Amino acid sequence: MHDVLTTCVYCGCGCGVYLHEHRGRVVGSSPSRNHPVSRNNLCVKGWHLHEFIHHPARLTEPLMRKNGHLTPVSWDEALSYAARELGRIARESEGKAVGLLSSAKCTNEENYLLQKLARAVLHTNNIDHCARL
Amino acid sequence: MAGLATTFGSGAMTNSINEIENAQVMLVIGSNTSEAHPQVARRIFTAMDRGARLIVIDPRRTLLARRADIHLAIRPGTDIPLLNAMMRIILDENLADDLFIEMRTENFYGLRDMLYRLDLEETARLTGVDLAGIRAAAQLYGRAQKAVICYCLGITQHVCGTGNVQAIANLAMLTGHVEKEDTGVDPLRGQNNVQGACDMGALPNVFPSYQQVDIDDYREKFERAWHACLPSQPGLTLMEMTHGGKNGPLKAMFIMGENPVLSDPVQARVEETLDNLEFLLVADIFLTETARRAHVVLPAASFAEKTGTFTNSERRVQMVRRVIPPLGQSRTDSDIIMDLSARLGYAMDYESPAEIMEEISMLAPIYGGMQHDRLENSWGLQWPCWDRRHSGTPFLHKYYFTRGKGRFVPTVHEPPAELPDEDYPFLLITGRIYHQYHTGTMSRHSALLSREAGEALLQLHPGDGRRLGVRSGDLVRMRSRRGEVQVKAQLTETVKAGEIYTTFHFSEMPVNRLTISAKDHFSQCPEYKICAVHLEKV
Repeated sequence: MHDVLTTCVYCGCGCGVYLHEHRGRVVGSSPSRNHPVSRNNLCVKGWHLHEFIHHPARLTEPLMRKNGHLTPVSWDEALSYAARELGRIARESEGKAVGLLSSAKCTNEENYLLQKLARAVLHTNNIDHCARL
Repeated sequence: MAGLATTFGSGAMTNSINEIENAQVMLVIGSNTSEAHPQVARRIFTAMDRGARLIVIDPRRTLLARRADIHLAIRPGTDIPLLNAMMRIILDENLADDLFIEMRTENFYGLRDMLYRLDLEETARLTGVDLAGIRAAAQLYGRAQKAVICYCLGITQHVCGTGNVQAIANLAMLTGHVEKEDTGVDPLRGQNNVQGACDMGALPNVFPSYQQVDIDDYREKFERAWHACLPSQPGLTLMEMTHGGKNGPLKAMFIMGENPVLSDPVQARVEETLDNLEFLLVADIFLTETARRAHVVLPAASFAEKTGTFTNSERRVQMVRRVIPPLGQSRTDSDIIMDLSARLGYAMDYESPAEIMEEISMLAPIYGGMQHDRLENSWGLQWPCWDRRHSGTPFLHKYYFTRGKGRFVPTVHEPPAELPDEDYPFLLITGRIYHQYHTGTMSRHSALLSREAGEALLQLHPGDGRRLGVRSGDLVRMRSRRGEVQVKAQLTETVKAGEIYTTFHFSEMPVNRLTISAKDHFSQCPEYKICAVHLEKV
């Protein structure tokens, strides 16, 4: 079992929280004692932060719509189809008909990459996220 | 954020969360802090233990409002008149900080002239709060040496959201309650990394670090760094993308970790828009209501399965660390984006998130000194952090505002887009509760959180309940001009008669079928806090 210090993924407070790992599973969470925001304290969502990670409903394979149903496919098939469609529509519309929504749940690095993908690759500024919701 | 950008020059919390506990007076407006930001509420309670006074402006008697020295149970949508009235009283009673106004601000006369034309009695009537209460709040806030204002989406989710924020900024500048430690204006960010997503330029008009896409110098800088030709026209905002309808501007969308079907107003419109796309790609950790409509769904890794950084509400950039490898075949979002980009003919070869951060720190000045090795060995750094020797910025606007001088922007009352009438007599407010979070993608998959708060409840005043023959636990049908839902009633004096409150966490009760698409003209923030509905017992 080992503990990893990380940052809570719920509200904007940004508590420091330890996730407890045991045999490949995240089994618990507890507050960081000296973190400037959490100071040895978490709210109910923080104490139960680990619970959704191994939920059986987690998506574990790529899905593609075939005959109206989402069907498991390989990463290669899903991504090459996605790249073809996004690329085609971006090219045909010069970027105007493509839109991307990024997420406050994703890291800074991922948000940076997504807006880079939008601007440098798909040539569109149609990128936004849920800041206003 | 547009509101603070036009007045202070920078749209973020001016203080750190810990500074709140040293304040003498706290003004909380449009924030249910104890449920939505528990750590901030904890600082507020600590400050009260140390003798600080609390003013809460909220239509509901929230937990915080019950403990406040002054609670102004405002009529929803009348924040501007209330704040203007407070400012007028501060002027009349000579509580303004003349030196601060003279040295650090501009356009004071514009504000003063507007305030002197104000009829105080009339304004108080508009807000539904008695003038004595407003006067007491103004005196308390005006006389304090250290005072903070905390606000949240109760301020911004109105058609006049930007105006509301500007009014708050005016009040703070009028009394000199900015630029100091333990004193300032603090917009509380609702989600773990909203601040970071904004900082990173996941916005239609700016590159990372708020460098506008339509300013040639900035664009050329990014073109050189990225070796690509970049578009100069600002793009579409979220609502323009998700509310296009059948003949909307978009044919393809890539949605990463969001659930607009539940989170955006007027659900039917969002569904119509998404269903009419030629191609919809969704990456998420669960099969959300949005993912169900996609052509391709990619399994993403959760925060416990990746390394990177989040930026919290007080601008603190901190590490997120990988605990376990991605579950099943899932992959991190950065992996997905890099693979997709390569297939689109543009190589993004980053060996690690640390390398991505290196690139960010070179292009985004406020992140200039943020590298993973520095963040690893500290509790994070607060931006602006200009270079590797800079130790971060706990509070903003010391000595001068980001935009130079703070600007007073006089604002006047703008009525909500839809108010109750004979057919739709109740005013519906939407928001969050303690145990659940946003569209529930994470929190509803947590056993305990769902046990404690497993279904949506509609807060209804007991008087209204008696009149409609509704008791706690009864099912009521709630209908607006846009749709209807059924929900269980909870009689409580938290809400006033004629006003009702519920949450948007539950897909079984998608309250955004009812909400209105009216939005703030500047910030594009939808008016979730006010729409008119009709109620009846099922």
